[in-house]
Amino acid sequence: MLKWLEKNLPKIVMAPAVGLIGWFVYGFILWTLYISFTNSKILPKYELWGFGQYSKLWASRKWLISVDNLLIFTALFLIFCIVIGILLAIFLDQKIRAEGLLRTIYLYPMALSFIVTGTAWKWILNPTLGIQKLVVDWGFENFTFDWLVNREMAIYTIVIAGVWQSAGFVMALFLAGLRSVEDEIIKAAKIDGASLFTVYWKILLPMMRPVFFTSFVILVHISIKSYDLIVALTQGGPGISTTMPALYMTQTAFHKSQVGLSAASAMMMFMAVAAVIIPYLYSELRRENAR
Amino acid sequence: MQDSLQSTYKQLEQKSKYTNIFLRWFLYFILILFASYFIFPLYVMIVTSLKTMEEIRQGTLLTWPSALNFDSWAVAWGGRGYGAGDTFLKPYFWNSIKMVVPAVFFSTFIGAMAGYVLTKWRFKGDKWVFLFLLFGCFIPYQAILLPMARTLGVLGISNSVIGLVLVHTVYGIPFTTLFFRNFYVSIPTELVKAARIDGAGFFKIFFKILLPISAPIIVVTVIWQFTQIWNDFLFGSTFSFGEAAPIQVALNNMVLSSTSVKEYNVDMASAIIAGIPTLIVYVLAGKYFIRGLTSGAVKG
Repeated sequence: MLKWLEKNLPKIVMAPAVGLIGWFVYGFILWTLYISFTNSKILPKYELWGFGQYSKLWASRKWLISVDNLLIFTALFLIFCIVIGILLAIFLDQKIRAEGLLRTIYLYPMALSFIVTGTAWKWILNPTLGIQKLVVDWGFENFTFDWLVNREMAIYTIVIAGVWQSAGFVMALFLAGLRSVEDEIIKAAKIDGASLFTVYWKILLPMMRPVFFTSFVILVHISIKSYDLIVALTQGGPGISTTMPALYMTQTAFHKSQVGLSAASAMMMFMAVAAVIIPYLYSELRRENAR
Repeated sequence: MQDSLQSTYKQLEQKSKYTNIFLRWFLYFILILFASYFIFPLYVMIVTSLKTMEEIRQGTLLTWPSALNFDSWAVAWGGRGYGAGDTFLKPYFWNSIKMVVPAVFFSTFIGAMAGYVLTKWRFKGDKWVFLFLLFGCFIPYQAILLPMARTLGVLGISNSVIGLVLVHTVYGIPFTTLFFRNFYVSIPTELVKAARIDGAGFFKIFFKILLPISAPIIVVTVIWQFTQIWNDFLFGSTFSFGEAAPIQVALNNMVLSSTSVKEYNVDMASAIIAGIPTLIVYVLAGKYFIRGLTSGAVKG
């Protein structure tokens, strides 16, 4: 008995982690999947109902708006974060004075919660007392900036705040990537007469392909999960113009008590994330095995 | 050969000296421009929190307050003292502390153990077990929200700090395991093998050999978990309301509560109070914070 215990001790110690994740991650996802095939309202029902919730979901105007918003947000969020991140990383890589201080400034938003960020930006973008008033005071009297309360433009305020929060993170990833490149490569290229621009554009950035890939995966992941920022900044409004899937899911479940429909929307989000993450994990694993 | 290379290099450097001076200025200009974009909201938050509402209406976002006025901070922290309907952050701040400390401890401990086994007591299929756990880092939590709400209800710990401790411990395990596993993988297994030959057991090896050299990864993990859990809103707002709510939920409720007059100075003071613990950690231990960010995301 004692012998057995000693031999299996590592597995026993491992058991809580595996058990908890097995139950709370895999078990729960299966439960959600099952519920998405039932006609559950306030309380879960366990009678199967087929794909009814999914067809209801894709016929819902609010869900379609959420998906649209997610696509717009993801595209802009990705482009701005990556462009700003790369730019700052390259510039910081030029033996800059006070690099540490600048890096700290670029990255500190990552330490704040999206609720804090959203609260701050909500005040800044406030159409009466915020940026609009600042610019009017500078003498541009006809300047208006009402994106926060404008149905067409409100989604872009979420992009502004989201990029502010996450661009520094991309900068950190790329800076670490650039720093890991050997100096000799850059020197050799310079001797061959390559300009600094060419060195980065033709040599260093192509070498950063894994960093691009990682940033892409993480940013898409952040944007699919966006919830807090929208709640703090617009609550999905004006109207439903800035709803996104994560917000749709919780509202449908906890305010509208449509548990089945909400589970269906959660599974759609899960599949979207899985489509990005599984190839990523696969390639990471292959890279590790190759080492 | 070496000499001629050196001189070509020198020549090139000389030639581009003037372009370089111009480029340097441009470089600093852009860097400072972006620095102001990142600093701007923090500056606005601080000055707004120090102004009176009168000053806020008259000035702009950037105007400096006429006097350092900490009234809104006092209101944000301790309320106005008129009882019902008076929401302030103090009790929720303590809720968050009561939630963060045990959740960080348990998830770090479980992750350390898992990382130890996965690297130093390898067994058949351990790679798959790691992948099994790792997947938990990436799931959108919406996919587990409904069953979690039910489970907490069944266990009788919905709307309580204990419930949130459980939730954060569980969903922290994939990250903590990842951190420790990647750290222990780089430590030579020979150390452990030698100790095993000397008759040291499973726990002795962990506490006597690995734990003493684990300080850096413990710091990274604790900072990561602290920041994640302190900043969480989704779990907090879904599984708690009223008195058990953590600070982010309380902050959001305070800002959204529709009183007749919107007090932006109190809002900003509240936001700073909710953000200050993680900001302090970031300023004091930024290096470890960044290491957590990059390895939590990239995996080392």
